[in-house]
Amino acid sequence: MPAMNIIQALNSGMDVLLDRDPDVVVFGEDAGYFGGVFKATDGLQSKHGLDRVFDTPINEAAIAAMAIGMAAKGLKPIAEIQFADYIFPAIDQIVSEMSRIRYRSAGQFASGCVIRSPWGGGIRGGQTHSMSPEAFFTHVPGLQVVVCSNPYDAKGLLIASMESGDPVIFFEPKRIYNGPFDGVPDTPLKSWAKHPKGEVPEGYYTVELGKAEIVREGQACTVITYGTLVHVAAAAAEAAGIDAEIIDLKTLTPYDIETIARSVNRIGRVVVAQEAPRTSGFAAELIAQIQEECFYALEAPVYRLTGWDIPYPHAHEWAYFPTRDRFVRAMKTVMEA
Amino acid sequence: MSNGQSRFRVPAPPYRPGDEPDFSYLELQKAGEASRPDPLIAASQTGELATGLVGVLDRDHRAVGSWNPELSPEVLREGLSHMVLTRIYDERMLKLQRQGKMSFYMKSTGEEAVAVAAAMALKPGDMVFPSYRQQGILFARGRNIVDMMCHCISNSRDNLKGRQLPVHYTWAEGKFFSISGNLGTQFPQAVGYAMACTYKGDDQIAASWIGEGATAEGDFHGALTLASTYRAPVILNVVNNQWAISTTQNIAVGDAPTFASKGLGYGVASLRVDGNDFLAVYAATRWASERARKGGGATLIELFTYRGDAHSTSDDPSRYRPRTEFDRWPLGDPIERLKQHLIGGSAWDEDRHARLEEQMTALVVQSYKEAESHGTLHEGPLTPTETIFEDVYAKPDWRLRRQRQDLGV
Repeated sequence: MPAMNIIQALNSGMDVLLDRDPDVVVFGEDAGYFGGVFKATDGLQSKHGLDRVFDTPINEAAIAAMAIGMAAKGLKPIAEIQFADYIFPAIDQIVSEMSRIRYRSAGQFASGCVIRSPWGGGIRGGQTHSMSPEAFFTHVPGLQVVVCSNPYDAKGLLIASMESGDPVIFFEPKRIYNGPFDGVPDTPLKSWAKHPKGEVPEGYYTVELGKAEIVREGQACTVITYGTLVHVAAAAAEAAGIDAEIIDLKTLTPYDIETIARSVNRIGRVVVAQEAPRTSGFAAELIAQIQEECFYALEAPVYRLTGWDIPYPHAHEWAYFPTRDRFVRAMKTVMEA
Repeated sequence: MSNGQSRFRVPAPPYRPGDEPDFSYLELQKAGEASRPDPLIAASQTGELATGLVGVLDRDHRAVGSWNPELSPEVLREGLSHMVLTRIYDERMLKLQRQGKMSFYMKSTGEEAVAVAAAMALKPGDMVFPSYRQQGILFARGRNIVDMMCHCISNSRDNLKGRQLPVHYTWAEGKFFSISGNLGTQFPQAVGYAMACTYKGDDQIAASWIGEGATAEGDFHGALTLASTYRAPVILNVVNNQWAISTTQNIAVGDAPTFASKGLGYGVASLRVDGNDFLAVYAATRWASERARKGGGATLIELFTYRGDAHSTSDDPSRYRPRTEFDRWPLGDPIERLKQHLIGGSAWDEDRHARLEEQMTALVVQSYKEAESHGTLHEGPLTPTETIFEDVYAKPDWRLRRQRQDLGV
C-alpha cells in the first residue's frame, strides 16, 4: 500500500467519491484550480472537471447554504472551509438550518454533506488559524463531528461521512497533515511513511463513524483525546515510561461511550485532553458522561488537560498548547492520586 | 439631502398611530408604462425596471401595456379562486387561533397575489423556498387543505409531527421546501438548489421569497453573489410589504431608491413589480423563469405590496401604525383588483363572486371539521411522543436511544 500523508489521503478519499458517484461535488475558497491552501483538493479539478470541483466566493454562510440547497436536490456536497477559525460566518446556516432540515421536515428533506476544515494549533497560526471549535458543533443535535488523527482514518472517515446521509463537520488537525507530532515544541517533522496508519489503500474503504480506537493498550491510566493530541499522548507515555491506554475518539458526536467506559471501568484513572479552551469544551462532556457511567470505578479525579481560557496566542503558542510535558504531568497526577 | 453637516440619522416611518396616512408622496410608475424587454437582456439594462414599477392592471382595472401576460379568463378565475381561498383560510385560522385551537398564526392578507400568481407562473416541478407568508403557493399547487390545517393544529396527522410552529409548512411532493423562522436563510439555499438543477442538466429552476426587512441579512448578499457568480436559474423575490413587524421598510432600504435596485450592483436582473396586481406578478415571474431556463441567470423581483394585517398573532399593529393605512394603500387590494378586471371583461360578476366566497368558506369550515377529528394541539391526539427522537439523524445513535428511555416513551 502506498504511504500517504493526511492531505494525500483526503485527496484520495475525495477522488474515490468523485469517481464513484456523479452527484458528489467539491467546493470551497481556493479549493478549485489551486487545490486549496493546504492542497487537499489538488488535481481534482483537472481530473473531474470545473463543474465538479470549483472555487467559491469568500462567504462561508453562502458555502454552507449552497450545500443545503444542493443536498435538497440530491447532490452530495463536500465543502471546504479554509480554516476552522473561519467557520463562524456559517454558523446560522449550519446550526439553524443544515442540522435541522431532516428533523423539521420530518424526513422529507435532508442535508447530507461534509464540511471539511483544517483545525487546531501547533503551526504558529495565531488566534485566527489555530482554533479548535468542535464544541460549538458537538452541542448541536443533527450534526456529526469527526476529528481524524492519521492518513488511514482521514480517508476512511471522510468516505463514511459522505455516506452517512447527514451533515458531518469534519475537522482535520493541520499540525499533523504532514507527519505525527510528539508535542515537543520545535522538534523536526517526522514523516507518515514510518507510521503504520500512513499506509493508505488507493481504492474505496470506510472507517466507521461513532467508533473509537484504542491506539495504545495499557494498565496505568486511560487517556481520551482526538486529533493531534493522540500522538502527543503516545509520545508522553513513551517518554515517561507510563503504561497508558490511549483512546483516539475519531468521532465526537456520537462518541463511542462503550470503548470509553470499558477502559475507564477497568483502570479507574483518566486524563481527558483537548486543545480547545477549557470552559465548556468537549472534554467537559466526556467527563460528565464518565462520572455517570464509571463513578464507582474511579480511583482519582478525572484530569482535564486543555488549552487555556484565552484566545490562541501566537508568540506563546507552546505555553497554550497541551504539550508532551503537560501530558506527562497529567498522567502522573492521576496515577499518584 | 445634506445641509453640509454630518448628523446621526435614524429613519422614521412616515406615519405612526394617530397620524393621517397619505401615500401621495410615493412616485409609482403607472400600469403599462414600463416596457417588457427580452428576458435575456443584460442585467445592467434593467435599471429602469428596478426603479420603476411593472404593472398591468390600470386604475380602471383594464390590462394594459407590454407586460400583459394575456391570460385566459379560465386562468384568471383560477387565480382569483386561489386568492379568495387563501384569504378565507387565513381569516378562519386567525379565529381558531383566538379560540385557542393553535399556538400561533400568520396571515397573508393583501399579499395573496405575490404567492398565488408566482406559483401559477412557475412550472409544477420548480422548487420553492418560501418565507412564512406564501401559503397561497400551497393552494395554487393543490395541497390538501385538511393536511395544511392538521399541520397548523399540530395534531396526529401533522406531516411535520408537531415539530414546527403553525404555517411553517413543508411539502416535498409539491416541491415546497421546509420553511425556516430564521430570516433570509432560504435565499442562498435556493441558489444552491438552482445550481444543482443546472448541474443535473434538467429544466427546473428555484424560486425563493424573503421580506424586505430580511434583505439586511448577510444571506441576501450571499444569495445574490452566488446567483450572479454561477448564473443560477433562480428567482429571488423580495416581498416589500412595507412593515417588518413594527419597523418600516426605510430601516432596511437605506438611501437606495428601491429594494430591486440593490440587485443591479450584483449583476442580477432586477424588477420592481406591483405586488397587488395579479397579472403583473404573473408576468414578471414568467419573464424571470424564461430568463432562468434559457441560461440568463437570476432575477431579483421586488414585489411592492402592503401587509394588510398583523405580522403574526403575537403583535397588535394598532400599536405601531395607523389603522387606516391599508385602506389608503395606493395599489389597492389584489383580490378586488382581479375581480373587477374579470367583471370588466364580462368574465365574472358579483353573484358568482359571492358564490365563490360561500363555496370557499364551506370548504374551509368542512376541512377544519375533518382536521379537528384528527386532534388538536391542546386536546390531542398528537403524534406519538417518541417521535420527537426521530429524524434527528438518518439512524438514532445511543444518546437518543437512552434519552428516549429516560423519558419513558
